[in-house]
Amino acid sequence: MITLGFVYVLAGLTFAIFAALGLGDRSNPKRFGNAAFWGLLALSMLAGDRLGDFGNGLLVLALVAIAGTGQIGRAPGGEVPAGVQAERAARYGNFLLVVALIIPAVALAGTFLFKWVPGLADPKQATLISLGIGVLIALAVGMARLRPAPLLPAQQGRRLLDAVGWAAILPQMLASLGAVFALAGVGEVVGDLIGAAIPQGSLFGAVVAFGLGMALFTMVMGNAFAAFPVMIAAVGMPLLIKQYDGTPAVVAAIGMLAGFCGTLMTPMAANFNLVPAALLELKNPYGVIKVQIGTAIPLLAVNILFIWLFAF
Amino acid sequence: MLVLIGIAIIIAGFLLRFNPLLVIMASALATGLAAGLDVTAIIAAFGKAFNDTRYVSIVWIVLPVIGLLEAYGLQQHARSLIGRIKGATLARLLASYLLLRQAMSAVGLTSVAGHPQTVRPLVAPMAEAAAEAQGVALSDAQRDEIRAYAAATDNVGLFFGEDIFLAIGSILLMKGLLEGYGYVIEPLHFSVWAIPTAIAAFLLHGFRLRLLEKRMLRAPGQGTGA
Repeated sequence: MITLGFVYVLAGLTFAIFAALGLGDRSNPKRFGNAAFWGLLALSMLAGDRLGDFGNGLLVLALVAIAGTGQIGRAPGGEVPAGVQAERAARYGNFLLVVALIIPAVALAGTFLFKWVPGLADPKQATLISLGIGVLIALAVGMARLRPAPLLPAQQGRRLLDAVGWAAILPQMLASLGAVFALAGVGEVVGDLIGAAIPQGSLFGAVVAFGLGMALFTMVMGNAFAAFPVMIAAVGMPLLIKQYDGTPAVVAAIGMLAGFCGTLMTPMAANFNLVPAALLELKNPYGVIKVQIGTAIPLLAVNILFIWLFAF
Repeated sequence: MLVLIGIAIIIAGFLLRFNPLLVIMASALATGLAAGLDVTAIIAAFGKAFNDTRYVSIVWIVLPVIGLLEAYGLQQHARSLIGRIKGATLARLLASYLLLRQAMSAVGLTSVAGHPQTVRPLVAPMAEAAAEAQGVALSDAQRDEIRAYAAATDNVGLFFGEDIFLAIGSILLMKGLLEGYGYVIEPLHFSVWAIPTAIAAFLLHGFRLRLLEKRMLRAPGQGTGA
Protein backbone atom coordinates (compact mmCIF):
# COMPACT_ATOMS: atom_id res chain seq x y z
CA MET A 1 0.00 0.00 0.00
CA ILE A 2 1.29 3.45 -0.90
CA THR A 3 1.53 5.80 2.08
CA LEU A 4 2.50 9.41 2.62
CA GLY A 5 6.05 8.05 3.06
CA PHE A 6 6.23 7.66 -0.73
CA VAL A 7 5.59 11.38 -1.20
CA TYR A 8 8.18 12.23 1.48
CA VAL A 9 10.79 10.16 -0.39
CA LEU A 10 9.84 11.94 -3.62
CA ALA A 11 10.14 15.34 -1.92
CA GLY A 12 13.42 14.31 -0.25
CA LEU A 13 14.96 13.27 -3.58
CA THR A 14 13.72 16.48 -5.24
CA PHE A 15 15.30 18.67 -2.53
CA ALA A 16 18.49 16.55 -2.61
CA ILE A 17 18.84 17.12 -6.38
CA PHE A 18 18.18 20.86 -5.90
CA ALA A 19 20.91 20.90 -3.23
CA ALA A 20 23.43 19.10 -5.46
CA LEU A 21 22.71 21.36 -8.46
CA GLY A 22 22.88 24.40 -6.19
CA LEU A 23 26.30 23.36 -4.93
CA GLY A 24 27.60 23.22 -8.48
CA ASP A 25 26.20 26.62 -9.49
CA ARG A 26 29.28 28.87 -9.40
CA SER A 27 27.29 31.89 -10.53
CA ASN A 28 25.60 31.97 -7.10
CA PRO A 29 27.88 33.53 -4.45
CA LYS A 30 25.78 31.87 -1.72
CA ARG A 31 25.82 28.39 -3.25
CA PHE A 32 27.11 26.68 -0.08
CA GLY A 33 24.29 28.13 2.02
CA ASN A 34 21.69 27.11 -0.54
CA ALA A 35 23.08 23.58 -0.80
CA ALA A 36 23.12 23.19 2.99
CA PHE A 37 19.56 24.55 3.35
CA TRP A 38 17.93 22.32 0.71
CA GLY A 39 20.16 19.41 1.76
CA LEU A 40 18.91 19.61 5.36
CA LEU A 41 15.34 19.77 4.10
CA ALA A 42 16.03 16.65 2.00
CA LEU A 43 17.37 14.93 5.13
CA SER A 44 14.21 15.89 7.03
CA MET A 45 11.97 14.46 4.28
CA LEU A 46 14.00 11.24 3.85
CA ALA A 47 14.98 10.45 7.44
CA GLY A 48 12.92 12.72 9.72
CA ASP A 49 11.29 9.79 11.48
CA ARG A 50 14.69 8.39 12.44
CA LEU A 51 16.24 11.63 13.78
CA GLY A 52 14.24 11.77 17.01
CA ASP A 53 12.46 14.87 18.37
CA PHE A 54 15.60 16.60 19.59
CA GLY A 55 17.48 15.71 16.39
CA ASN A 56 14.70 17.26 14.32
CA GLY A 57 14.85 20.30 16.60
CA LEU A 58 18.58 20.70 15.92
CA LEU A 59 17.88 20.35 12.19
CA VAL A 60 15.37 23.22 12.44
CA LEU A 61 17.89 25.34 14.37
CA ALA A 62 20.42 24.77 11.58
CA LEU A 63 17.88 25.78 8.91
CA VAL A 64 17.04 28.94 10.87
CA ALA A 65 20.73 29.74 11.38
CA ILE A 66 21.47 29.44 7.63
CA ALA A 67 18.48 31.57 6.58
CA GLY A 68 18.65 34.00 9.50
CA THR A 69 22.27 34.96 8.83
CA GLY A 70 21.53 35.59 5.16
CA GLN A 71 23.46 32.61 3.82
CA ILE A 72 20.97 31.75 1.08
CA GLY A 73 20.50 33.66 -2.15
CA ARG A 74 19.84 33.18 -5.83
CA ALA A 75 21.92 33.38 -8.94
CA PRO A 76 20.77 36.03 -11.42
CA GLY A 77 19.00 34.92 -14.61
CA GLY A 78 18.77 31.30 -15.67
CA GLU A 79 15.43 31.53 -17.42
CA VAL A 80 15.06 30.49 -21.04
CA PRO A 81 14.98 33.64 -23.26
CA ALA A 82 11.44 34.90 -24.00
CA GLY A 83 11.98 34.57 -27.75
CA VAL A 84 12.89 30.89 -27.47
CA GLN A 85 9.91 30.33 -25.17
CA ALA A 86 7.53 31.99 -27.64
CA GLU A 87 8.87 29.93 -30.54
CA ARG A 88 8.53 26.69 -28.54
CA ALA A 89 5.04 27.73 -27.34
CA ALA A 90 3.95 28.05 -30.98
CA ARG A 91 5.31 24.57 -31.73
CA TYR A 92 4.11 22.60 -28.69
CA GLY A 93 1.04 24.71 -27.80
CA ASN A 94 -1.73 22.66 -26.33
CA PHE A 95 0.56 19.77 -25.44
CA LEU A 96 2.03 21.98 -22.68
CA LEU A 97 -1.43 22.68 -21.37
CA VAL A 98 -2.28 18.97 -21.36
CA VAL A 99 0.85 18.16 -19.34
CA ALA A 100 0.09 21.00 -16.90
CA LEU A 101 -3.41 19.61 -16.39
CA ILE A 102 -2.14 16.04 -15.83
CA ILE A 103 -1.18 16.95 -12.24
CA PRO A 104 -4.64 18.16 -11.10
CA ALA A 105 -6.37 15.49 -13.21
CA VAL A 106 -4.38 12.64 -11.63
CA ALA A 107 -4.87 14.19 -8.17
CA LEU A 108 -8.60 14.21 -8.86
CA ALA A 109 -8.81 10.69 -10.29
CA GLY A 110 -6.51 9.21 -7.65
CA THR A 111 -8.51 10.76 -4.81
CA PHE A 112 -11.61 8.89 -5.97
CA LEU A 113 -9.81 5.70 -7.01
CA PHE A 114 -7.97 5.27 -3.70
CA LYS A 115 -11.18 5.80 -1.72
CA TRP A 116 -13.21 3.34 -3.78
CA VAL A 117 -10.57 0.65 -4.17
CA PRO A 118 -9.16 -0.03 -0.70
CA GLY A 119 -5.67 -1.41 -0.24
CA LEU A 120 -3.94 0.54 -3.03
CA ALA A 121 -3.03 3.61 -1.03
CA ASP A 122 -3.75 5.18 2.34
CA PRO A 123 -7.26 6.63 1.75
CA LYS A 124 -6.70 9.40 4.34
CA GLN A 125 -3.80 10.77 2.27
CA ALA A 126 -5.29 9.95 -1.13
CA THR A 127 -4.98 13.44 -2.63
CA LEU A 128 -1.39 14.09 -1.56
CA ILE A 129 -0.29 10.64 -2.76
CA SER A 130 -2.11 11.21 -6.07
CA LEU A 131 -0.41 14.59 -6.38
CA GLY A 132 2.97 12.84 -6.15
CA ILE A 133 1.95 10.26 -8.77
CA GLY A 134 0.59 13.05 -11.00
CA VAL A 135 3.94 14.85 -10.86
CA LEU A 136 5.79 11.68 -11.94
CA ILE A 137 3.38 11.02 -14.83
CA ALA A 138 3.47 14.66 -16.01
CA LEU A 139 7.26 14.65 -15.88
CA ALA A 140 7.49 11.37 -17.84
CA VAL A 141 5.03 12.53 -20.52
CA GLY A 142 6.70 15.93 -20.83
CA MET A 143 10.21 14.48 -21.08
CA ALA A 144 9.13 11.87 -23.66
CA ARG A 145 7.72 14.44 -26.09
CA LEU A 146 9.82 17.55 -25.45
CA ARG A 147 13.16 15.71 -25.11
CA PRO A 148 14.91 18.46 -23.11
CA ALA A 149 18.39 18.15 -21.60
CA PRO A 150 17.95 15.53 -18.83
CA LEU A 151 18.64 17.99 -16.02
CA LEU A 152 16.47 20.83 -17.37
CA PRO A 153 13.37 20.15 -15.21
CA ALA A 154 15.53 19.96 -12.07
CA GLN A 155 17.51 23.10 -13.02
CA GLN A 156 14.37 25.13 -13.77
CA GLY A 157 12.61 23.78 -10.68
CA ARG A 158 15.59 24.79 -8.56
CA ARG A 159 15.53 28.28 -10.07
CA LEU A 160 11.85 28.65 -9.10
CA LEU A 161 12.48 27.36 -5.56
CA ASP A 162 15.52 29.64 -5.11
CA ALA A 163 13.23 32.55 -6.04
CA VAL A 164 10.95 31.57 -3.16
CA GLY A 165 13.96 31.02 -0.88
CA TRP A 166 13.60 30.38 2.85
CA ALA A 167 9.89 31.34 2.63
CA ALA A 168 9.40 27.80 1.29
CA ILE A 169 9.52 26.39 4.83
CA LEU A 170 7.75 29.31 6.54
CA PRO A 171 4.33 27.55 6.61
CA GLN A 172 5.83 24.44 8.22
CA MET A 173 7.68 26.61 10.77
CA LEU A 174 4.50 28.48 11.72
CA ALA A 175 2.58 25.23 12.11
CA SER A 176 5.32 24.05 14.50
CA LEU A 177 5.17 27.31 16.46
CA GLY A 178 1.45 26.66 16.90
CA ALA A 179 2.31 23.37 18.60
CA VAL A 180 4.62 25.15 21.07
CA PHE A 181 1.90 27.77 21.75
CA ALA A 182 -0.56 24.96 22.50
CA LEU A 183 1.94 23.33 24.86
CA ALA A 184 2.39 26.62 26.73
CA GLY A 185 -1.35 27.28 27.05
CA VAL A 186 -1.36 30.55 25.06
CA GLY A 187 -4.92 29.91 23.84
CA GLU A 188 -6.47 29.75 27.30
CA VAL A 189 -4.87 33.04 28.34
CA VAL A 190 -6.13 34.88 25.24
CA GLY A 191 -9.57 33.33 25.67
CA ASP A 192 -9.79 34.61 29.26
CA LEU A 193 -8.80 38.11 28.13
CA ILE A 194 -11.42 38.24 25.36
CA GLY A 195 -14.05 36.72 27.65
CA ALA A 196 -13.42 39.50 30.17
CA ALA A 197 -13.72 42.24 27.50
CA ILE A 198 -17.29 41.39 26.39
CA PRO A 199 -20.10 43.81 27.26
CA GLN A 200 -22.63 42.12 29.55
CA GLY A 201 -26.27 41.72 28.57
CA SER A 202 -25.98 42.45 24.85
CA LEU A 203 -26.58 39.55 22.46
CA PHE A 204 -25.37 41.53 19.45
CA GLY A 205 -22.29 42.64 21.40
CA ALA A 206 -21.48 39.03 22.22
CA VAL A 207 -21.90 37.97 18.57
CA VAL A 208 -19.60 40.79 17.40
CA ALA A 209 -17.01 39.89 20.04
CA PHE A 210 -17.14 36.24 18.96
CA GLY A 211 -16.74 37.01 15.22
CA LEU A 212 -14.07 39.68 15.70
CA GLY A 213 -12.27 37.51 18.25
CA MET A 214 -12.18 34.61 15.79
CA ALA A 215 -10.72 36.86 13.06
CA LEU A 216 -8.19 38.62 15.30
CA PHE A 217 -6.98 35.51 17.09
CA THR A 218 -6.71 33.72 13.74
CA MET A 219 -4.53 36.59 12.50
CA VAL A 220 -2.22 36.16 15.49
CA MET A 221 -2.00 32.38 15.19
CA GLY A 222 -2.14 32.29 11.38
CA ASN A 223 -4.71 29.53 11.57
CA ALA A 224 -8.43 29.42 12.37
CA PHE A 225 -8.09 25.90 13.80
CA ALA A 226 -5.99 27.25 16.68
CA ALA A 227 -8.39 30.10 17.35
CA PHE A 228 -11.58 28.05 17.22
CA PRO A 229 -11.38 25.96 20.42
CA VAL A 230 -10.27 29.06 22.37
CA MET A 231 -13.10 31.29 21.15
CA ILE A 232 -15.72 28.56 21.59
CA ALA A 233 -14.55 28.04 25.18
CA ALA A 234 -14.37 31.78 25.97
CA VAL A 235 -17.46 33.16 24.21
CA GLY A 236 -19.25 30.69 21.93
CA MET A 237 -20.18 28.08 24.50
CA PRO A 238 -20.85 30.08 27.71
CA LEU A 239 -22.58 33.07 26.09
CA LEU A 240 -23.90 32.40 22.58
CA ILE A 241 -24.94 28.75 23.01
CA LYS A 242 -25.70 28.39 26.75
CA GLN A 243 -26.88 31.85 27.85
CA TYR A 244 -28.57 33.08 24.64
CA ASP A 245 -29.60 29.62 23.37
CA GLY A 246 -27.98 29.94 19.91
CA THR A 247 -27.95 27.01 17.46
CA PRO A 248 -24.58 25.28 18.05
CA ALA A 249 -24.05 24.22 14.40
CA VAL A 250 -24.53 27.81 13.12
CA VAL A 251 -22.32 29.38 15.78
CA ALA A 252 -19.55 26.87 15.05
CA ALA A 253 -19.76 26.75 11.25
CA ILE A 254 -20.02 30.48 10.58
CA GLY A 255 -17.66 31.29 13.46
CA MET A 256 -14.99 29.20 11.74
CA LEU A 257 -15.60 31.13 8.48
CA ALA A 258 -15.20 34.42 10.37
CA GLY A 259 -11.80 33.05 11.36
CA PHE A 260 -11.00 32.34 7.69
CA CYS A 261 -11.55 36.08 6.99
CA GLY A 262 -8.70 36.66 9.46
CA THR A 263 -6.53 34.16 7.57
CA LEU A 264 -6.81 36.39 4.47
CA MET A 265 -5.30 39.33 6.37
CA THR A 266 -2.25 37.95 8.17
CA PRO A 267 1.38 37.27 7.21
CA MET A 268 1.26 34.43 9.76
CA ALA A 269 -0.72 32.40 7.21
CA ALA A 270 2.44 32.32 5.11
CA ASN A 271 1.50 29.51 2.74
CA PHE A 272 -1.57 31.39 1.53
CA ASN A 273 -0.30 34.97 1.70
CA LEU A 274 3.50 35.29 1.59
CA VAL A 275 4.58 32.25 -0.43
CA PRO A 276 2.43 33.13 -3.49
CA ALA A 277 3.82 36.68 -3.44
CA ALA A 278 7.31 35.18 -3.73
CA LEU A 279 6.21 32.59 -6.26
CA LEU A 280 4.59 35.22 -8.50
CA GLU A 281 7.62 37.48 -8.06
CA LEU A 282 5.63 40.43 -6.68
CA LYS A 283 7.67 43.45 -5.60
CA ASN A 284 5.66 43.82 -2.38
CA PRO A 285 5.86 40.69 -0.18
CA TYR A 286 2.53 41.75 1.36
CA GLY A 287 0.91 42.36 -2.07
CA VAL A 288 -1.50 39.43 -1.78
CA ILE A 289 -2.66 40.44 1.70
CA LYS A 290 -3.15 44.01 0.47
CA VAL A 291 -5.71 43.01 -2.17
CA GLN A 292 -7.41 40.49 0.16
CA ILE A 293 -8.28 42.99 2.90
CA GLY A 294 -11.02 44.53 0.75
CA THR A 295 -12.76 41.15 0.50
CA ALA A 296 -12.02 39.97 4.04
CA ILE A 297 -13.42 42.90 6.05
CA PRO A 298 -16.88 43.11 4.41
CA LEU A 299 -17.10 39.31 4.42
CA LEU A 300 -16.31 39.28 8.15
CA ALA A 301 -19.17 41.74 8.71
CA VAL A 302 -21.46 39.48 6.65
CA ASN A 303 -20.45 36.46 8.74
CA ILE A 304 -21.15 38.27 12.01
CA LEU A 305 -24.54 39.30 10.64
CA PHE A 306 -25.26 35.71 9.52
CA ILE A 307 -24.54 34.33 13.00
CA TRP A 308 -26.87 36.93 14.52
CA LEU A 309 -29.61 36.22 11.95
CA PHE A 310 -29.42 32.43 11.67
CA ALA A 311 -28.42 31.24 15.15
CA PHE A 312 -31.04 33.08 17.20
CA MET B 1 -0.04 36.20 31.08
CA LEU B 2 3.71 35.82 30.59
CA VAL B 3 3.23 33.26 27.80
CA LEU B 4 1.80 36.06 25.63
CA ILE B 5 5.35 37.33 25.16
CA GLY B 6 5.61 34.99 22.15
CA ILE B 7 2.74 36.79 20.42
CA ALA B 8 4.37 40.17 21.15
CA ILE B 9 7.64 38.93 19.63
CA ILE B 10 5.84 37.70 16.50
CA ILE B 11 4.03 41.01 15.96
CA ALA B 12 7.11 43.13 16.66
CA GLY B 13 9.30 40.86 14.52
CA PHE B 14 7.01 41.03 11.51
CA LEU B 15 6.56 44.80 11.86
CA LEU B 16 10.31 45.40 12.10
CA ARG B 17 10.84 42.98 9.18
CA PHE B 18 13.36 40.72 10.86
CA ASN B 19 13.84 37.37 9.14
CA PRO B 20 10.57 35.54 9.99
CA LEU B 21 12.33 32.22 10.63
CA LEU B 22 14.42 33.88 13.37
CA VAL B 23 11.32 35.60 14.77
CA ILE B 24 9.45 32.29 14.94
CA MET B 25 12.31 30.54 16.71
CA ALA B 26 12.70 33.43 19.21
CA SER B 27 8.95 33.38 19.86
CA ALA B 28 8.92 29.63 20.44
CA LEU B 29 11.86 29.83 22.87
CA ALA B 30 10.39 32.79 24.81
CA THR B 31 6.94 31.19 25.00
CA GLY B 32 8.32 27.87 26.17
CA LEU B 33 10.58 29.48 28.80
CA ALA B 34 7.66 31.60 30.07
CA ALA B 35 5.64 28.41 30.46
CA GLY B 36 8.44 26.86 32.53
CA LEU B 37 9.82 24.44 29.91
CA ASP B 38 13.58 23.99 29.62
CA VAL B 39 15.44 24.73 26.40
CA THR B 40 15.98 21.10 25.34
CA ALA B 41 12.28 20.34 25.84
CA ILE B 42 11.31 23.33 23.68
CA ILE B 43 13.72 22.30 20.91
CA ALA B 44 12.41 18.74 21.02
CA ALA B 45 8.77 19.90 20.95
CA PHE B 46 9.49 22.15 17.98
CA GLY B 47 11.39 19.37 16.20
CA LYS B 48 8.56 16.89 16.70
CA ALA B 49 5.99 19.38 15.37
CA PHE B 50 8.25 20.18 12.38
CA ASN B 51 8.54 16.49 11.52
CA ASP B 52 4.79 15.92 11.95
CA THR B 53 3.93 18.78 9.57
CA ARG B 54 6.29 17.90 6.70
CA TYR B 55 3.27 17.37 4.42
CA VAL B 56 2.91 21.18 4.38
CA SER B 57 6.14 21.48 2.35
CA ILE B 58 5.70 18.64 -0.14
CA VAL B 59 3.84 20.83 -2.63
CA TRP B 60 7.23 21.98 -3.97
CA ILE B 61 7.63 18.66 -5.80
CA VAL B 62 5.57 20.17 -8.63
CA LEU B 63 8.30 22.72 -9.43
CA PRO B 64 10.38 20.56 -11.84
CA VAL B 65 7.28 19.99 -14.01
CA ILE B 66 6.28 23.67 -13.86
CA GLY B 67 9.90 24.66 -14.65
CA LEU B 68 10.03 22.31 -17.65
CA LEU B 69 6.71 23.54 -19.06
CA GLU B 70 7.58 27.19 -18.52
CA ALA B 71 10.90 26.70 -20.33
CA TYR B 72 8.86 25.43 -23.30
CA GLY B 73 6.54 28.42 -23.22
CA LEU B 74 3.52 27.34 -21.12
CA GLN B 75 2.90 30.88 -19.86
CA GLN B 76 3.05 32.31 -23.41
CA HIS B 77 0.67 29.64 -24.63
CA ALA B 78 -1.78 30.28 -21.79
CA ARG B 79 -1.68 33.96 -22.73
CA SER B 80 -2.22 33.45 -26.45
CA LEU B 81 -5.11 31.09 -25.72
CA ILE B 82 -6.94 33.76 -23.74
CA GLY B 83 -6.27 36.32 -26.48
CA ARG B 84 -8.15 34.07 -28.92
CA ILE B 85 -11.23 33.50 -26.74
CA LYS B 86 -13.80 36.18 -27.45
CA GLY B 87 -15.37 37.69 -24.34
CA ALA B 88 -12.65 36.44 -22.01
CA THR B 89 -12.36 39.51 -19.80
CA LEU B 90 -10.17 39.87 -16.71
CA ALA B 91 -13.14 39.86 -14.32
CA ARG B 92 -14.95 36.99 -16.06
CA LEU B 93 -11.82 34.85 -16.17
CA LEU B 94 -10.99 35.28 -12.47
CA ALA B 95 -14.64 34.93 -11.42
CA SER B 96 -14.85 31.65 -13.37
CA TYR B 97 -11.73 30.40 -11.61
CA LEU B 98 -13.23 31.49 -8.26
CA LEU B 99 -16.38 29.49 -8.94
CA LEU B 100 -14.40 26.46 -10.12
CA ARG B 101 -12.12 26.57 -7.07
CA GLN B 102 -15.09 26.91 -4.70
CA ALA B 103 -16.92 24.03 -6.39
CA MET B 104 -13.88 21.72 -6.35
CA SER B 105 -13.16 22.55 -2.70
CA ALA B 106 -16.80 21.94 -1.81
CA VAL B 107 -16.44 18.34 -2.96
CA GLY B 108 -13.20 17.92 -1.02
CA LEU B 109 -10.71 18.47 -3.85
CA THR B 110 -8.70 21.16 -2.07
CA SER B 111 -5.18 20.12 -3.16
CA VAL B 112 -6.07 19.75 -6.84
CA ALA B 113 -5.42 23.43 -7.56
CA GLY B 114 -3.17 25.91 -5.76
CA HIS B 115 -0.55 28.62 -6.19
CA PRO B 116 2.30 26.46 -7.55
CA GLN B 117 0.08 24.02 -9.47
CA THR B 118 -2.39 26.33 -11.20
CA VAL B 119 -2.01 30.03 -10.31
CA ARG B 120 1.60 30.64 -11.40
CA PRO B 121 1.61 28.60 -14.63
CA LEU B 122 -1.99 29.24 -15.78
CA VAL B 123 -4.31 31.60 -13.94
CA ALA B 124 -1.94 34.56 -13.47
CA PRO B 125 -0.65 34.67 -17.08
CA MET B 126 -4.19 34.17 -18.40
CA ALA B 127 -5.48 37.04 -16.26
CA GLU B 128 -2.70 39.32 -17.52
CA ALA B 129 -3.45 38.29 -21.11
CA ALA B 130 -7.18 38.94 -20.65
CA ALA B 131 -6.46 42.49 -19.47
CA GLU B 132 -4.14 43.03 -22.42
CA ALA B 133 -6.76 41.68 -24.82
CA GLN B 134 -9.10 44.33 -23.42
CA GLY B 135 -6.62 46.98 -24.54
CA VAL B 136 -4.74 47.64 -21.32
CA ALA B 137 -0.99 48.06 -21.81
CA LEU B 138 0.02 46.84 -18.37
CA SER B 139 2.53 48.73 -16.26
CA ASP B 140 4.67 46.74 -13.82
CA ALA B 141 2.48 47.84 -10.91
CA GLN B 142 -0.71 46.80 -12.75
CA ARG B 143 0.85 43.45 -13.62
CA ASP B 144 1.71 42.88 -9.94
CA GLU B 145 -1.82 43.84 -8.90
CA ILE B 146 -3.40 41.37 -11.33
CA ARG B 147 -1.08 38.60 -10.13
CA ALA B 148 -1.92 39.42 -6.51
CA TYR B 149 -5.63 39.21 -7.38
CA ALA B 150 -5.06 35.84 -9.07
CA ALA B 151 -3.46 34.51 -5.87
CA ALA B 152 -6.17 36.11 -3.70
CA THR B 153 -8.91 34.57 -5.87
CA ASP B 154 -7.42 31.12 -5.29
CA ASN B 155 -7.41 31.71 -1.51
CA VAL B 156 -10.99 33.03 -1.37
CA GLY B 157 -12.21 30.12 -3.50
CA LEU B 158 -10.47 27.57 -1.30
CA PHE B 159 -11.45 29.03 2.09
CA PHE B 160 -15.09 29.63 1.27
CA GLY B 161 -15.66 26.36 -0.53
CA GLU B 162 -13.88 23.77 1.58
CA ASP B 163 -16.17 23.97 4.61
CA ILE B 164 -19.10 22.76 2.50
CA PHE B 165 -17.33 19.41 2.27
CA LEU B 166 -18.35 16.99 5.00
CA ALA B 167 -15.01 15.41 5.79
CA ILE B 168 -12.71 18.43 5.82
CA GLY B 169 -10.50 18.97 8.88
CA SER B 170 -12.33 22.01 10.17
CA ILE B 171 -15.72 20.25 10.15
CA LEU B 172 -14.23 17.32 12.05
CA LEU B 173 -12.66 19.76 14.51
CA MET B 174 -16.04 21.45 15.13
CA LYS B 175 -17.79 18.12 15.57
CA GLY B 176 -15.18 16.81 17.97
CA LEU B 177 -15.05 19.99 20.01
CA LEU B 178 -18.83 20.39 20.41
CA GLU B 179 -19.14 16.71 21.34
CA GLY B 180 -16.78 17.45 24.20
CA TYR B 181 -19.41 19.92 25.45
CA GLY B 182 -22.17 17.32 25.07
CA TYR B 183 -23.63 18.42 21.70
CA VAL B 184 -23.66 15.58 19.18
CA ILE B 185 -24.07 17.11 15.71
CA GLU B 186 -23.91 15.48 12.28
CA PRO B 187 -21.22 16.93 9.94
CA LEU B 188 -23.94 17.79 7.39
CA HIS B 189 -25.39 20.43 9.75
CA PHE B 190 -22.08 22.27 9.83
CA SER B 191 -21.54 22.05 6.10
CA VAL B 192 -24.95 23.44 5.07
CA TRP B 193 -24.27 26.52 7.21
CA ALA B 194 -21.12 27.18 5.19
CA ILE B 195 -23.25 27.72 2.07
CA PRO B 196 -24.60 31.25 2.79
CA THR B 197 -21.06 32.54 3.38
CA ALA B 198 -19.82 30.75 0.24
CA ILE B 199 -22.41 32.63 -1.83
CA ALA B 200 -21.61 35.93 -0.11
CA ALA B 201 -17.88 35.38 -0.74
CA PHE B 202 -18.49 34.76 -4.46
CA LEU B 203 -20.65 37.88 -4.82
CA LEU B 204 -18.32 40.11 -2.80
CA HIS B 205 -15.06 38.99 -4.38
CA GLY B 206 -16.68 38.85 -7.83
CA PHE B 207 -17.77 42.47 -7.36
CA ARG B 208 -14.22 43.43 -6.43
CA LEU B 209 -12.93 41.71 -9.57
CA ARG B 210 -15.31 43.91 -11.59
CA LEU B 211 -13.94 46.97 -9.80
CA LEU B 212 -10.38 45.83 -10.58
CA GLU B 213 -11.26 45.48 -14.27
CA LYS B 214 -12.89 48.90 -14.36
CA ARG B 215 -9.86 50.45 -12.70
CA MET B 216 -7.54 48.82 -15.25
CA LEU B 217 -9.68 49.93 -18.19
CA ARG B 218 -9.79 53.50 -16.92
CA ALA B 219 -5.99 53.71 -17.00
CA PRO B 220 -5.05 51.85 -20.19
CA GLY B 221 -1.90 52.44 -22.17
CA GLN B 222 0.19 53.54 -19.22
CA GLY B 223 3.17 51.86 -20.71
CA THR B 224 4.43 48.35 -21.11
CA GLY B 225 6.40 46.87 -18.30
CA ALA B 226 6.56 43.44 -19.84
